[in-house]
Amino acid sequence: MIKNISNLGDAALYCDFGNEVNKSINSQVIKYFKTIKEKKFEGINNLTPSYNKLIISYDLKKTTFKEVKKFIEKINIEDSEKTKSKTLEIPVCCHENFSMDIKRLEEILKLSREKILENFLNKEYFCYMTGFIAGMPFLGDLDENMRAQRLETPRVKVPKGSVALTEQFANIYTFESPGGWNILGNTPLDVFDSSKEEKPNLINPGDTVIFKEITLDQYKNYNE
Amino acid sequence: MSSNYLDIIRPGINTTFQDKGRDHLYHIGIPFSGAMDNRNYLIANKLVNNNLDFPVVEFAYQGPHIKYSGEKINFAITGDVIFSIKKNNAEIKGNCYQSYQIENGDEINILSTNKSVYGYLALGGELDLKFQWNSCSINTKANIGSNDGKKLDTGQRINFKKINSNKDVKKINYINNKIENIRVIKGTNFDYFSEQGKQTFYEKEFIVSKLSDRMGMRLEGPKIENIFNTNIKSEGLIKGVIQVPADGNPIIMLSDHGTVGGYPKIGAVASVDYDRLVQMAPGSKIKFKEINLSDAETLFKLYEMETQNLLSQI
Repeated sequence: MIKNISNLGDAALYCDFGNEVNKSINSQVIKYFKTIKEKKFEGINNLTPSYNKLIISYDLKKTTFKEVKKFIEKINIEDSEKTKSKTLEIPVCCHENFSMDIKRLEEILKLSREKILENFLNKEYFCYMTGFIAGMPFLGDLDENMRAQRLETPRVKVPKGSVALTEQFANIYTFESPGGWNILGNTPLDVFDSSKEEKPNLINPGDTVIFKEITLDQYKNYNE
Repeated sequence: MSSNYLDIIRPGINTTFQDKGRDHLYHIGIPFSGAMDNRNYLIANKLVNNNLDFPVVEFAYQGPHIKYSGEKINFAITGDVIFSIKKNNAEIKGNCYQSYQIENGDEINILSTNKSVYGYLALGGELDLKFQWNSCSINTKANIGSNDGKKLDTGQRINFKKINSNKDVKKINYINNKIENIRVIKGTNFDYFSEQGKQTFYEKEFIVSKLSDRMGMRLEGPKIENIFNTNIKSEGLIKGVIQVPADGNPIIMLSDHGTVGGYPKIGAVASVDYDRLVQMAPGSKIKFKEINLSDAETLFKLYEMETQNLLSQI
């Protein structure tokens, strides 16, 4: 449930669900997000769900903080339609061509490459949110012994499709971008496709993701 | 398709097509985009009898040099911009906030913005541009929008879908007033900062850094001291939010910002000051002034009335 509502600037509501990061709090955030989207309140535009916060932006020409707050406080998230979440298998190639930070991970985690892959692959991860760059999913939770900090100096260019880890999360770089996460492999899938306006994102908040290993040959032939 | 088009002789530094932007896609990681200085965008369109939500050419610092081919049309430039118009080998200096007629073979040469950042070129008609999510605003980071999501380039040809039949020439007296005080509303992590840090934020001067672009404005100056935590769990951002990373230098989120971020938010720029904030060129001095929510709402209403009033005079 929302613990506190405050304002972020003069054109957004800041809904705070607490400080913990877990599936149950995040599911609440996502339920609110979906319900508010369905209700189409005049003036509300962008909604940004994250681990434990929901930011509701509005057009100051059409409404105000007070009005939006009143609307949010009255919302009953139980009357939202049951929204479908899906389970997706994401092929990932961890060949040395792609796993740019495997040595670093071996050192930090004190685990062998084989053990790291065994811990990471074929497990269910929950999509907490998408964003930062278009379509990038934040997936959790990694096992306790798989948690590493960001690189001290972020890379200027992380290749598109990179599957990377930081702390309790994995993500996928949907296009080439700067970034500081530990890169473990690469997926040939287009996780974000701007030509599909209705559904540009392959993975959405609430979805479950399982990474399946593919060989370099399978990777190369993937899109043929 | 009409046979009217533009040829880009020189694209300028950061020239894109922009319109009202996209206001409902933060949840998938797509920022607002759109014209940085909304008021100047609207005035430009009105001066050439366009619908107010038509795309325009936005440029930063140095603008494009364009050659026009086709039937007579109007164009207008807004902002604080130095430009010239070349007709039959005669070159005249142009003035902002008035429309001009151009004919086949005429050229518009936008030399630079004057102690400001963004300028707008509106052309009387509809350009043939690709829309994505109801907007042709170019986001060069995600390659979204018209022109394959890329800046304009030398040698490109841009076609018109149609040109306006209303070719009345218009003019308005308008001066972009400069501000040094940017009004801000306390951020959600305001208490992460020490008393001295808060004081520094409100009382000291900051300088706009060269590393500023459509995504964000970086500031240099006294460091703002954080005594709680220099990171937060990633959460949503909006235009105007001021984040302070571990190095103590504030960054203001602008129209193409990343949709989530993990640095504490010390404040957010009041909407009333956004158009003028984005026009502050590198090297400009900024001072932040605290304002409460209800004053910010009232001031924005007044600003919006003033904008509507300006538009109604055109």
